[in-house]
Amino acid sequence: MDAGRDRIGTGIALPAAGAAERSAARPLRLLGLLGLVAVAAVLPPLFASSYQLFQLTLALIFAIAILGLNIVTGFNGQISLGHGAFYAVGAYATAIMMSHFDLPWWETLPVSALICAAFGFGIGFPALRLGGLYLALTTFSLAVAVPQILKYKGVEDWTGGVQGVFISKPDAPEGLGLDADQFLYLVVLAFAVAIFLLAHNLLHSRIGRAMRAIRDHSIAAEAMGMDIARIKTRTFALSAGITGLAGALSAIAIEFVAPDSFSVELSITLFVGLVVGGVGSIVGPLFGGVFAVFVPNLAESISRAAPGVIYGVILIFFLYLLPQGFAGFPQRIRALLRRRPEG
Amino acid sequence: MMQRRTLLAASAAMLAAPRIGAAVTVGVTATELKIGNFMPYSGPASAYGVIGRGDAAYFKMINDQGGVGGRQINFITYDDGYSPPRAVEQTRRLVEQDRVALLFHTLGTPSNSAIVRYVNQRRVPHLFLATGADKWGNYQDTPWTIGWQPSYRTEAQIYAKWMLEQKPNAKVALLYQNDDFGKDYVTGVKDVLGARFDQMVTTASYEVTDPTIDSQVVSLRGTGADVLVTAATPKFAAQTIRKVHDIGWQPMHFLSNVSISIAAVMRPAGPERGVGIITSAYQKDITDPVWNDDRHMQAWREFMRKYLPEADMSDSGYATAYNVSFTLMQVLRQCEGDFSRENIMRQVANIHDLEVPLLLPGIKVSTSPTNFHPIRQMQLQKWSGAHWERFGDVIQGADV
Amino acid sequence: MQGLAHQLIAGIATGGIYASVALALVMIYQSTHHLNFAQGEMATFSTYIALTLIQAGLPYWVAFLATLVISFGIGVFIERIMLRPMQNASVLANVGVFIGLLLVFRNAMGWIFDYTIKAFPTPFDTGTPLFGGLVSGHELGSTAVTLVVLGLVYVFFRFTKLGLGMRAAAFNASSSRLVGIRVGWMLALGWGLAAAIGAIAGIMIAPVVFLEPNMMLGILLYAFAGALLGGIDNPGGAVLGGFLVGIIENLGGAYLVGTELKLTLALGIIICVLLVRPTGLFGRVVQSRV
Repeated sequence: MDAGRDRIGTGIALPAAGAAERSAARPLRLLGLLGLVAVAAVLPPLFASSYQLFQLTLALIFAIAILGLNIVTGFNGQISLGHGAFYAVGAYATAIMMSHFDLPWWETLPVSALICAAFGFGIGFPALRLGGLYLALTTFSLAVAVPQILKYKGVEDWTGGVQGVFISKPDAPEGLGLDADQFLYLVVLAFAVAIFLLAHNLLHSRIGRAMRAIRDHSIAAEAMGMDIARIKTRTFALSAGITGLAGALSAIAIEFVAPDSFSVELSITLFVGLVVGGVGSIVGPLFGGVFAVFVPNLAESISRAAPGVIYGVILIFFLYLLPQGFAGFPQRIRALLRRRPEG
Repeated sequence: MMQRRTLLAASAAMLAAPRIGAAVTVGVTATELKIGNFMPYSGPASAYGVIGRGDAAYFKMINDQGGVGGRQINFITYDDGYSPPRAVEQTRRLVEQDRVALLFHTLGTPSNSAIVRYVNQRRVPHLFLATGADKWGNYQDTPWTIGWQPSYRTEAQIYAKWMLEQKPNAKVALLYQNDDFGKDYVTGVKDVLGARFDQMVTTASYEVTDPTIDSQVVSLRGTGADVLVTAATPKFAAQTIRKVHDIGWQPMHFLSNVSISIAAVMRPAGPERGVGIITSAYQKDITDPVWNDDRHMQAWREFMRKYLPEADMSDSGYATAYNVSFTLMQVLRQCEGDFSRENIMRQVANIHDLEVPLLLPGIKVSTSPTNFHPIRQMQLQKWSGAHWERFGDVIQGADV
Repeated sequence: MQGLAHQLIAGIATGGIYASVALALVMIYQSTHHLNFAQGEMATFSTYIALTLIQAGLPYWVAFLATLVISFGIGVFIERIMLRPMQNASVLANVGVFIGLLLVFRNAMGWIFDYTIKAFPTPFDTGTPLFGGLVSGHELGSTAVTLVVLGLVYVFFRFTKLGLGMRAAAFNASSSRLVGIRVGWMLALGWGLAAAIGAIAGIMIAPVVFLEPNMMLGILLYAFAGALLGGIDNPGGAVLGGFLVGIIENLGGAYLVGTELKLTLALGIIICVLLVRPTGLFGRVVQSRV
């Protein structure tokens, strides 16, 4: 029934790089995408209040972070429950560079991403030896330990200890007629578009296929001569770099970093965003980002007492009923429509 | 570090510079005055949510009595879950979307730290925060932010002062939580002991994720200290009281005012284990029958019956809300109808010996343009095994 | 030197806490080959049940047994309702369910029982502190309970048919089915037993650290470290590992890395064990077949 999908070994259905996607509809889709980006770039700054823009900016930042997680977990099958750590490192790297070295914000972003990629590469090595569950466990422990490490006395001169570090949001270049919030939104949007396109192309390339092959049939992939260690560690590095970039952007948007901002809840939020958006989907993280920012407010208005319970219930609900997340909606509907004439 | 300091100082100087032009009035209409707040209504710190409910009830009472300056108070309060990024988000929602006149009684040191720069850049009055960190009294760098309760640092100074009178040659052990809260106590003790600190004091810290503090207590006793200062939150305070008792250590024990709840600390720890512990108070204990005939206490109970009939009358959070809201009303009355943000701040820095209903006799609220620590006095009290007994005079913090 | 001895004893006392949780973790791994991230929260929830029963007037040991039965039921229920449909799903989906359970349990507890700490009674004599107060009667008693539970677990897996069946079901489900073992129920049984052991751990820990919804968050990490150090498939090893972690944590905190990085120490142990000796000190090497 689910043609062109791969259920082997994951249980969570994932779109394969099927032939259907390389159809003649490509130029049309590109046009559609461009249109979508244009709308996203123009409409919110025109109509949204600065607070709403700030929320959209945060949603995009979370989307980028979740995309990073998706690359390693969704596409390469390495479960990480500790991506909040990379987010934190990215945020701190940018904050420290901006406050201690007076670097302009745009210079810090690539550096932060690289630092996180290197960090991810380092974590990726032990991760190689840790099968699914053990990696989840180790990264979960990392997530719990992060605030403590950030507070550590030895690095207090840089991290500001519990006091954290303040930075300033950049002003828009003169002549654009934008305020700082509008400018930041556009910057983050540009980054998001670039990174999502990059991820899309990468995942449909030879490397992307190798990543998925390792996820689904690692032993077969090895037998076919793939260098599993190399691909896994590099995937981890790429994933960490992307999530770290999101962290760096978040530091600029929130203008403050402190250990309490990067508790284990952050890693859980990213993980929930991943599942709800759609594991192994390119657009899924967008939904995940929106979910991560807007649902807590929604949950608060439903039940002030225990928004966390609602959060957990939603997560379990998705795992059972919509294992492909929001991103799976269109396919579900299409499948339903297709079935009807036959029935 | 240096660069950041200079940067901060520079921006502060800019902020503090007198502003030329018309005063800014936001969040005030002919009939309404909007006040913004966030509290941890969910998550581990949600026990403090009662403070927000207390504030809301107080303003309801004010509205029933005709409001202030002819205006009704619209108190908007959101949940930040004790998370700094959420606090930033909710603050922007309050300031930019709801357009409140001022922020009031926002709770938590980490959350307020996250927004303090934003509100000072935006020049939003950020009043009477529900945290005892000392930095809220920094009128030079953050002139739009002011605390309310005695700071942890002031409290530690008071302990150290009294201790020196009793035991000039004490050997002190200091156990503190490794965050803003705990470190303020270290600073406060240092203020009083000065150069003698290193020679007199041994410190040990703990993390909130530590399962127990047994190891720290054992280490500290090993130094042969005869004075123990415990700057811990309730769970760890209770553990400390028990462990100190169980290993047969009998120091002169000072306990942070944060952790003196009978229900949440003394009873779990075992009331008999804590006999002799010294702490400090600045508010009337609402559970102490000694205040039964107190006019203000009776008024408070009446208020509780009318506006919060379901509430737990032994939760001191409601007394705090009552006191702090009372202080804000004094400021708003002093504004005499001019609710521009500048005038609000002017009146905030212009409180003289205000008597607040549920503060201990002799403790008054005072501010000035160079004093953003509204309460600087406390009275010591001792655990009898059943309740706290106040003793001695009201003590003032050290002048630093 | 006396300080060192004191830290050592204090470390063994805390180690007992980790050992009991590690035992519950091993239990679930033995019977399902999963690590339950919600184990700590489930144990805390059971402890609240016990406290409620005690406050309702039940004698301690009656409440204790009732809690074990209820927890067993909750464990079986969760397996049947929530994990059964996930049986053939990926590890990721299972981890997702565990995280979901963790969120629901933790927040529901805060909501129902609030976040203020509660004292929890102990059945053991606390009047006469031992070793100069370094070990309370309760700590000694709870260590004994942990060892008794360990003994029962050992006997159960080693000498009963049911225990053997559970091990077989976790080890190779399809072969077990062929020899007539009801694999589905074995898994449910494993969850039930793990929940009951978790409940014992919670009840023994609460008098020491005080009961609150987040009681287990830090402890769970140390317990993971202990279980891995001793060998995730070896109950005895896990208990010993728990004690070792307690000692390492206390000595390391007092003399080596300082008290600020204790949790990081647990993380370090986890990583080191997984890198250097993934089977732990006492685990068996298992070759996976393709």
